[in-house]
Amino acid sequence: MDQPVFIAGAGVISAIGNTVAQNLLSLEQEKTGIAPIQYLDSEHKDEFPVGEVKLSNDELAELSGFKPGISRTAMLSLISAREALTDAGIANLAGLRTGFISANTVGGMDKTEDFFRDFLSDNAKGRLRDVVNHECGAVTNLVADQLGIRHYVSTISTACSSSANAIMYGARLIKNNMLDVVIAGGTDALTRFTLNGFNTLMILDKQPCQPFDANRRGLNLGEGAGYVVLISERIAASLKKELYCTLSGYHNANDAYHQTASSPTGTGSLLAMEGALKRSGLQPADIGYINLHGTGTQNNDSSEGAAISKLFAGHNPKMSPTKAFTGHTLGASGGIEAVFSALAVQRGLVYPNLRFETPMEGFPFTPETRFSSQPEIKHVLSNSFGFGGNCSSLIFSKL
Amino acid sequence: MYIRAASNISPQNTFGNQPLLQELAEYTGDRLSCIEPDYKALIDPKLIRRMSRIIKMGVAAGMDCLHQAGIQIPDAIITGTAYGCLEDTNTFLSKMVQQNEEALAPTAFIQSTHNTISAQIALLLQCHQYNNTFVNGGASFENALLDAMMLLYEGEASNVLVGGIDEITNNSHAILKRIGLYRSQPVSNFELFNTPGKGTMAGEGSAFFMLSKDASDADWAKIDGVSSFYKPRNTAEIKQQISIFLQSQNTNVHEIDLVITGNNGDLRNDALYGQLQQYDFANVPAINYKALCGEYPTSSAFAMWLAAHEIKNGTCSFVPESEEIPLKKVLIYNHYENIHHSLILLSAC
Repeated sequence: MDQPVFIAGAGVISAIGNTVAQNLLSLEQEKTGIAPIQYLDSEHKDEFPVGEVKLSNDELAELSGFKPGISRTAMLSLISAREALTDAGIANLAGLRTGFISANTVGGMDKTEDFFRDFLSDNAKGRLRDVVNHECGAVTNLVADQLGIRHYVSTISTACSSSANAIMYGARLIKNNMLDVVIAGGTDALTRFTLNGFNTLMILDKQPCQPFDANRRGLNLGEGAGYVVLISERIAASLKKELYCTLSGYHNANDAYHQTASSPTGTGSLLAMEGALKRSGLQPADIGYINLHGTGTQNNDSSEGAAISKLFAGHNPKMSPTKAFTGHTLGASGGIEAVFSALAVQRGLVYPNLRFETPMEGFPFTPETRFSSQPEIKHVLSNSFGFGGNCSSLIFSKL
Repeated sequence: MYIRAASNISPQNTFGNQPLLQELAEYTGDRLSCIEPDYKALIDPKLIRRMSRIIKMGVAAGMDCLHQAGIQIPDAIITGTAYGCLEDTNTFLSKMVQQNEEALAPTAFIQSTHNTISAQIALLLQCHQYNNTFVNGGASFENALLDAMMLLYEGEASNVLVGGIDEITNNSHAILKRIGLYRSQPVSNFELFNTPGKGTMAGEGSAFFMLSKDASDADWAKIDGVSSFYKPRNTAEIKQQISIFLQSQNTNVHEIDLVITGNNGDLRNDALYGQLQQYDFANVPAINYKALCGEYPTSSAFAMWLAAHEIKNGTCSFVPESEEIPLKKVLIYNHYENIHHSLILLSAC
């Protein structure tokens, strides 16, 4: 049961790049991906800046190999999952028990909302091909089929913690000796549905967001996909390439406070972080860098801040959210940030919290504001919290 | 691992767990709808008003299951739902389109997230434990079940609440009908298998189970295993998967007292079951269940309730000749649209 799970591959597509290398370069050069809406067809186009992947649907179709007309969510997923799988360089994949565990929050909603324009006026209208992949699971299947993975295909949706839970579930399937290799993470494209939904909650920032800042105004939505390739010890021993790190800890807890708001005490976040530390056998002092959930909303950042303050009191971990670069990519965020965290622990990197100006009152830590190299970092904690009180934390440890 | 309690809101009178499924409900058309209980006894009326239908059905079955099991706070809550909260999604999406993205209210958006039911149960119980939701088409419930069984096996949990929930809405039904899933001519669910044709009848349901690591006096059945497989290339591969699964459970088809299959009255869909019944399952009493609940991606949760219910009774009320045969092992085999296939094995305690 306690056999380690290794990370052998990584893939990311986000507002700051279409590959892991491009994302890393943007992080290093402190270049944000937040910009006015360019591709999403919305009435709120000029109102809210977002973290869009800087490619049109046609360009994504070409890059992914999907036929044009497929959900953007699936195209983002395939590009990033394929990058992760190629990066892992596992030669005899067909002979292994391989799983694809992908998370998303609204499936093929980007196409469904087009369909609904016609369908609502007459339910015999609307092109069916725009709605057949509405289900979250259908998006995963489209990508699994392109990757040629059949052994185990699954989809998780727990709002903004979705892909952290996908990674956790994948790791447990390996530990329980049910799978050898798992491509785990998540994907979400920007949709009018989510943009308008978050707008009704009045938590969207009309300017580029400032997470963990005393004067934060809300979040910027983003889009993208991020996957890691998890492998068992046996497969790790057979690979010649350098592995990123181990996934040494994980924990899923529930805040049980409110359907959308986090508790002021950060109960769920604290339980998730404590549980992940316990599983990894680490102490708070061992964590060198925390990739915060840090969305930029009043509520999340003060709640997460309260939990961090309590757990890490007296210690000095470096910390920052990366959402000022990517926006909040919802179902993809845990996957994208898992890749950033794996790179951070492997290469000893700390990412800046862009646009940070004023520390939050009562929060004893100051987020990092510059990209830096920190070779002494041995363990990185990544937080993902979501609607429904779903809180999950992952810990990545140096090999 | 044991099924300590189960609760099922379905198109039949399953809620309340009467010993026999008497007075089966007949539906004529192409759709079976849930018989909903009086929610006031189960959920705070103030909360009921805000909940959409699927949330009420999910929360009520979940709470009833906990109540039956005599467990106040489970160690984990895990749900499977292919479509999630369709009514809320439809409400927000329709208003967004009709009102051109202006003057929208947040409630439907908030409740449209797929994890709403497991989150609402956690909130009502103040349960801070593991909480997860699988949205994996026809394997959503099976994935939730596997997650629950792994938690019990890992020693992370002693009691896990696990459920499968899906609803039909008028719009989802209209769309799936256009895609060709349902009968074009009205049919009675009692006659679904006597008039095989193209398409099936739509169904829905909410079935929850309390899975426990340790045995109790009240257990309905043991859950031995669950397996799901994706897009098998041919029947031989399906047979191989069944055989591997039974082997992994240290059993074989001769030890199975009853097979519950996912026939749905659609000729193409049922051809697979026909082949298995002709050969592999030839000498095993078999029943199917979708005339009771209709076809939907998490219908295997209904099948598992039925299997546990029959095992608890000791004999199968749907197979007269087997009345004398005590039910020791029951196998469920289902597939949804030939994409996800699944096997669940239950046995008597």
